[in-house]
Amino acid sequence: MIYTDNNATTRVADEVIEEMLPYLGQFYGNPSSMYGFADTVNKKVQQARAQVADLINADPDEIIFTSCGTESDNAAINAALSTFPHKKHIITTAVEHPAIRSLCLHLQEKKGYKVTFVPVDKKGRLDLDTLYAAMSDDTAVVSVMWANNETGVIFPIADIAQKAKEKGIWFHTDAVQATGKVPIDVKAAGIDMLSLSGHKIHAPKGIGVLYVKKGLKFPPFLVGGHQEKGRRGGTENTASIIALGKAVELAKAHLPIMDTQVRELRDYLETQLLDAIAATSVNGDRENRLPNTLSIGFDAVEGESILMLMNQAGICASSGSACTSGSLDPSHVLMAMQVPFKSAHGTIRFSLSHYNTKAEMDTIVETLVPTIDRLRQMSPFWKDGKVV
Amino acid sequence: MWNYSEKVMEHFLKPRNVGELEGANAVGETGSLNCGDALKLYLKVNDNERIIDASFMTFGCASAVASSSALTEIIKGMTLDDAAKVTNDDIADYLGGLPKEKMHCSVMGQAALKKAIADFRGIQILEKPGEMICECFDVTDLEIIDAVKTNGLETTEDVTNFLKAGGGCGKCLDRIEGVILKTLETSTVAD
Repeated sequence: MIYTDNNATTRVADEVIEEMLPYLGQFYGNPSSMYGFADTVNKKVQQARAQVADLINADPDEIIFTSCGTESDNAAINAALSTFPHKKHIITTAVEHPAIRSLCLHLQEKKGYKVTFVPVDKKGRLDLDTLYAAMSDDTAVVSVMWANNETGVIFPIADIAQKAKEKGIWFHTDAVQATGKVPIDVKAAGIDMLSLSGHKIHAPKGIGVLYVKKGLKFPPFLVGGHQEKGRRGGTENTASIIALGKAVELAKAHLPIMDTQVRELRDYLETQLLDAIAATSVNGDRENRLPNTLSIGFDAVEGESILMLMNQAGICASSGSACTSGSLDPSHVLMAMQVPFKSAHGTIRFSLSHYNTKAEMDTIVETLVPTIDRLRQMSPFWKDGKVV
Repeated sequence: MWNYSEKVMEHFLKPRNVGELEGANAVGETGSLNCGDALKLYLKVNDNERIIDASFMTFGCASAVASSSALTEIIKGMTLDDAAKVTNDDIADYLGGLPKEKMHCSVMGQAALKKAIADFRGIQILEKPGEMICECFDVTDLEIIDAVKTNGLETTEDVTNFLKAGGGCGKCLDRIEGVILKTLETSTVAD
């Protein structure tokens, strides 16, 4: 199998499994208990908290463990709204992950909030003028993803955070895709709240983090025990937290590899595909992208068919069309970027990790060339080497 | 991942009758590049109005390709009168069923067939009766009412799965819901 869908989820690293296993079996104590057996676990949980803080340059007590990125995102937005009950406006982007997008649509449709979905240009870059102009006294929160999950396009988070700060508006960023792929420094960037997720960085599924800047008037969102300083009650998911600690330690060590080895592999795959297959285009700002992500559209063929044929060859990737969700529209991200239908429907996302090899990239190219050719032979919109 | 039947996968991986058909004397086209799927059906019909050969070209997902392939296999050898009676359910049944979100692929087959038959007979398909509801996918209220009644659809999602209506820009979703509610109310009274 060739796994190139790391923006969807990642393989749990062997070192991470090794680190967490004793805390599933042998060391099962509740970190809150008052004996040494439990304190062993507590110490590991606090170590993990420090490791996560270290990755993003936060303080350990600014880290709240959650169950996933979606929980972190929801908690952040809802915290801002309940802290500023008189403010009825939210600013986000047209290309957010559903964890933010669906929540904002829900708040707009059912709860009477006004939401500004800041548009992007054809390269997927944010319209900052619109964003800044939308900030007002009524704005409770600005939430902008650090990097887009489909195209990998990176947004100027520090600039936006600064502008929000000047207006006294809370700033949240969904850094689920950026974590472990590009350096993150919450202090330097001036972030109020940040979400990240374990399973995107080789930790297991079911563990996420919400960073909340010290001093922010942040209300509890799971009311219960004293865990997470009372902000999120509930007995800690100890094994997964400890796993995440190891995963972020590895992610930090691997950042230079992301920027070199993984980037080179992605660029190699991109160049090879563009060279070998006619009427092919890359989606997103190629100059300012996560090093592991390639969103590439093949004209006149449909994404699901490509994925199914690649699956026959053991290659795992994602499509940019939503044919998987009943709606036949291409993803909201590609539509917001005004990617033409002819290539949007045939868009595939490859997202690499440091586990990938050059030989795998060659296999992908060798598989895709005849696959696209075969589907184009079948397509009523392809004739004599071009779209008709 | 979709729960496709073995037959769907088989027809997707080894589609029958692909490509333009030399000597075709009837063609039916449906769908578009914008929609995300499209089918061009070619028929060769003899003097006795029997389909002696059929082929297709399809842009779309695995079930769109499989539905097209199945359609050509079903109708080969049929008279046009018999072919006109082929429904989307026949196509889905031939394939051992389709996921409900993919039923529109079989509907597309039926639509292309209708158009090809009309093409052979020189019948111009007139502007569809009824009120246009979904402009993205050219679906009228009468078609929605028919689909709701025939297939027991209850939600806008069901309608999108069957007819694609509402699956594009989504602006007509409220109107689709209105048509469904009205249809269900009326049929309850009739029962």
